[in-house]
Amino acid sequence: MNNWKHMLNYVVLTIAAIISVFPFIWMIVSATNKSVDVTAGRLLPGNQFVQNFHHLLERAELGTALINSAKISVITTVLALLIASLAGYGFEIFKSKFKDIVFNILLLSMMIPFAALMVPLFKMFGTITQTVPAFGIDTHTAVILPTITTAFLIFFFRQSTKMFPKEILEAGRMDGLTEFGIFFRIYIPTMKTSYAAAAIITFTSSWNSYLWPLVILQTPENQTIPLLISNLGSSYAPDYGMIMTAIVIATLPAALIFFIMQKHFVAGMMGSVK
Amino acid sequence: MIPAKANQHLYLAKNSGRKLRMKKGLIGWSFIAIATILICLFYFYPMIQALIMSFHSGNGLNQTFVGLDNYVRLVKDPVFLTTLKNTVIYLIIQVPIMIILAMFLSVLLNNKKLRLKGVYRTAIFLPCVTSLVAYSVIFKYLFGQDGIINLFLSKLSLISEPIPWLTDPFLAKIAIIIAITWRWTGYNMIFFLSALQNVDESIYEAARMDGASSVQQFFRITVPMLKPIILFTSITSTIGTLQLFDEVMNITKGGPANATMTISQYIYNLSFKYTPDFGYAATVSYSIVILIIFFSFIQFRVAGDKHE
Repeated sequence: MNNWKHMLNYVVLTIAAIISVFPFIWMIVSATNKSVDVTAGRLLPGNQFVQNFHHLLERAELGTALINSAKISVITTVLALLIASLAGYGFEIFKSKFKDIVFNILLLSMMIPFAALMVPLFKMFGTITQTVPAFGIDTHTAVILPTITTAFLIFFFRQSTKMFPKEILEAGRMDGLTEFGIFFRIYIPTMKTSYAAAAIITFTSSWNSYLWPLVILQTPENQTIPLLISNLGSSYAPDYGMIMTAIVIATLPAALIFFIMQKHFVAGMMGSVK
Repeated sequence: MIPAKANQHLYLAKNSGRKLRMKKGLIGWSFIAIATILICLFYFYPMIQALIMSFHSGNGLNQTFVGLDNYVRLVKDPVFLTTLKNTVIYLIIQVPIMIILAMFLSVLLNNKKLRLKGVYRTAIFLPCVTSLVAYSVIFKYLFGQDGIINLFLSKLSLISEPIPWLTDPFLAKIAIIIAITWRWTGYNMIFFLSALQNVDESIYEAARMDGASSVQQFFRITVPMLKPIILFTSITSTIGTLQLFDEVMNITKGGPANATMTISQYIYNLSFKYTPDFGYAATVSYSIVILIIFFSFIQFRVAGDKHE
């Protein structure tokens, strides 16, 4: 009886694992096959990857999109981490009643859906375009600015700061460090793990973000990877091999970061619940 | 003399203490300032703008005040009602299925005797690595008329002709629900798994001694223990589903005949695809805000009531 149950356990988990992994395998295999073979249902790896890659380069501005996405994601991550950790640290270390009220109001912004923000934000950047075109519509600045501050990250860093040993603060003050000196010289190096977790979350969500870039970016030279894939995916006579090659390349950075830092990723997710 | 001097001393000390506190307070604010300003500028200010816009109508920059006209139009708009219905269907079917599945898988994975635990966990979590656009395009092809799912089913002789997954209004919704469940179950499972690892094993031993079956153990011990996680995952999934956009946009484009279109996509279409009507789009967007508040409130109430 017990043995039978144990077997069932394995069977269910194996089915779940196969369903989870199958689309990946199909994606990778299809990237190495001709479009005709993909539609014929071929599930064995082929030798067409280089060919598909060439088609992709001819068809789309892959390099530009990769550079754009990388640039946007890196800048977003650096700024988001700096701003959110400063605030999370500030709310926890310099606690006061009034600051707690402000903190709770900021948390409310987590309930605001992006769909409700996109129209007024688009109008706002439309107005900015008229005076400072470098910050307006169809610029990467406009993609980055609204996304660098999230209440979630501030909350995350405040929770992490609770575990930061306060004696070190006093020691730093004794040594004559300024408050910002303590933050940059002591806090940041001590909290490396929290920063790593926050960086993974922010980088992947920025790398994958679709709706806001779709709204604000217009010219092909500025487009990001998700926009490029979405365009390729909506073509009428799709070259499956080529599109799957693009998706593999787009998924690679996030997947690599995930596998290298799997532990931090999970720790970061859990940190947000505590 | 002496008391006066002591007083003065006290006053000085008090004064410098206050100054110090003032100074510390100011430094504290300087840590918080940038984040607070940016959140006000990019979240709260646009929300107020959207509210003002919802009382206006017109094309582009020519806006005139129309009072509650947009809201009257909203409750009569058949497209909005369809998108509302679709979004709620996704929500009440997909979220419970996914949460139950995630909880079920996490209990299976938490089995002490299980081998290859890490392999199973990584495999089930893997879908979270993909971007929403990328997996949507993959699922669009998997579910296509000549896609691999139809190919398999016909090779297994389960179907005689291809199933119109993405062109039938009902099946298209099913396809989207399957896709979202694939992408997010592993993500939610991780929360359950970490919570289960903190549960004291001796409770289960005591239950077993009392003759509780594993089904009873699941409903009497595991589910009550996981209640905070169930609440957390349901609320985050609800907020996510109410904003559903990327998947629908890339799998079905909202079709066939608006059968899969969500509220977010309707807002996008109203503002950027059709002749732009920002005022009405802002009105529609407030419906999502209200839905999020409504469903979060219900979930808190349901979880809270059981607690008493």
